[in-house]
Amino acid sequence: MNVRLSALAALLVSLGGSACSARARHTITLSGSTSLQPLAEKWAEAYQALHPGLAFAVQGGGSTAGVQAALSGAAQIGLSSRALTATELHGVRAIPVARDGIALVVHPSNPLGDLSLGAVRGIYSGEIPNWERLGGPSKPITVITREEGSGTRAAFEGLVMGKQAIRASALVQDSTGAVRQMVSSDPAAIGYISIGLVDASVKALRLSGVAATEANIDRGAYPLVRPFLFAVHGQPNAQTLGFIAWVSGPEGRQLARREGMLPAGVEGPDASR
Amino acid sequence: MRLADKTVERTLGLLALSSILVLLSITFFIFKEGAPFVFRVGFANFFSTEWHPTAGRYGISYMIVGTAAVTAGALAFGVPLGVACAVVLGEMAGQRTRELLKPAIEILAGIPSVVFGFIGISVVLPWIRLYLGGPGASGLAGALILGVMILPTIIAISLDALRAVPRSYRDASLAMGATEWQTIWRVVLPAARSGILAAVILGVGRAVGETMAVVMVTGNAVQLPLSPLEPLRTLTANLALEMAYASGDHRAALFATGIVLFVVIVGLNTVAALVRSRLARPASRARRARSRAITTTETEQIQPAVTP
Repeated sequence: MNVRLSALAALLVSLGGSACSARARHTITLSGSTSLQPLAEKWAEAYQALHPGLAFAVQGGGSTAGVQAALSGAAQIGLSSRALTATELHGVRAIPVARDGIALVVHPSNPLGDLSLGAVRGIYSGEIPNWERLGGPSKPITVITREEGSGTRAAFEGLVMGKQAIRASALVQDSTGAVRQMVSSDPAAIGYISIGLVDASVKALRLSGVAATEANIDRGAYPLVRPFLFAVHGQPNAQTLGFIAWVSGPEGRQLARREGMLPAGVEGPDASR
Repeated sequence: MRLADKTVERTLGLLALSSILVLLSITFFIFKEGAPFVFRVGFANFFSTEWHPTAGRYGISYMIVGTAAVTAGALAFGVPLGVACAVVLGEMAGQRTRELLKPAIEILAGIPSVVFGFIGISVVLPWIRLYLGGPGASGLAGALILGVMILPTIIAISLDALRAVPRSYRDASLAMGATEWQTIWRVVLPAARSGILAAVILGVGRAVGETMAVVMVTGNAVQLPLSPLEPLRTLTANLALEMAYASGDHRAALFATGIVLFVVIVGLNTVAALVRSRLARPASRARRARSRAITTTETEQIQPAVTP
């Protein structure tokens, strides 16, 4: 009995020890937008594999908190999933690292292929309750939205809804996957998801004739785009600069694409877009 | 050897105490995170009907209504089915039927709730949409799924209650010329009623606390559900949906939602325990003790814990 207990104790001690010994030298802290956080974690993981001497701390908290963290020095890099305000741009520099187009998706059997932004707003506010008004079949529209606090929802509200509220009877799903699943199983449904995650189970609508494609986003023709930015304050140290350069380079861009997002625009440090 | 025994005893004692400690620290933590928030924004805001945490509105009334509605619906499906199943198992079924039914119920209790949710999405929602109308995701869908999920709880505890009814009651009833069904309906069920009530209350606790399956099938719209076909949001769904991105007051509001849930669940479990403690009349206490000694192990295998 004693032997077993002490073996267990030894095991526990060794586990604890190994966890403590994994201490790294230089830490880069990224903090902010929860929409950008998963991608930032992937970037950090991949970059750390190349530079074992570095350690990363990636935290959430929201875009505003992220910019504040960069400003106060609590984080080397603030993560923002919205364009920075003029006041914020006084204190920090914005480096576009990725973009996310938001596609409106319906069931593949839906005869509609094109909607105006005004019609989308009408659907989500509840003014247009039936597909018939838009030239579709006579069926009540099943409106699907994301939960409060979601970055995608905030971007959608900012880009489409303006001051109008999303109707209370809209179904709420807590992930892109859940929205897509629900749209793909309900012929009368409409939802919004990242362009990178549109697949054959749903149909992405054109907005006033413009298809939700990367080319159209690059041209600036597709209206539902939000930028993902790194916010840095002052002159970042060499390690941070190296990381930012890698993220903006081919490997970082490829990783962004694999995570279902679009890389930042090809050229031009168009910081505020 | 004596020393080893003592060590083991002490260690196990400490581990047993730690479960209480965990409960206490969970309680302390949710109250610490949520209670100051409720006092700061005020009860009027917290119990209003408008939930827009990003705009400072934290009303959870419609979610309380949603939880109550789904739970009531689940009981409407689950209680008649569950009690009937317990009667069959305890009073009517022969050895072979029982051997078939019991493992089936145990398996039912072991199915993860996400699987129930998935069945809900792929079978129940399209069915409701097609035959009853509406978006499919609705209070009705939640009630149906939860009705099945609370079955093992209700069956196990009702069965316990039926077994606690002394043999002599049945013998007396049958000896007086009552049929088997008359005996069950007029004698056994009334004698077991407080145990069955406890089963129902624990079923309520299970339904109120269930999260994953409910999030997947009820549509989660924060509104007053005026028809069973409309989507609604429950208290648990609110936590599960929004925890990922919540920060600051929004996060505190979710903890406050947790406090409401915690109070409801603790209240229900306490009532259930009180009801169960006076399960049968004093005359049958010895009998009961004996029959319970036999059945407890079986019951515990089936009966899932009620968790908030």
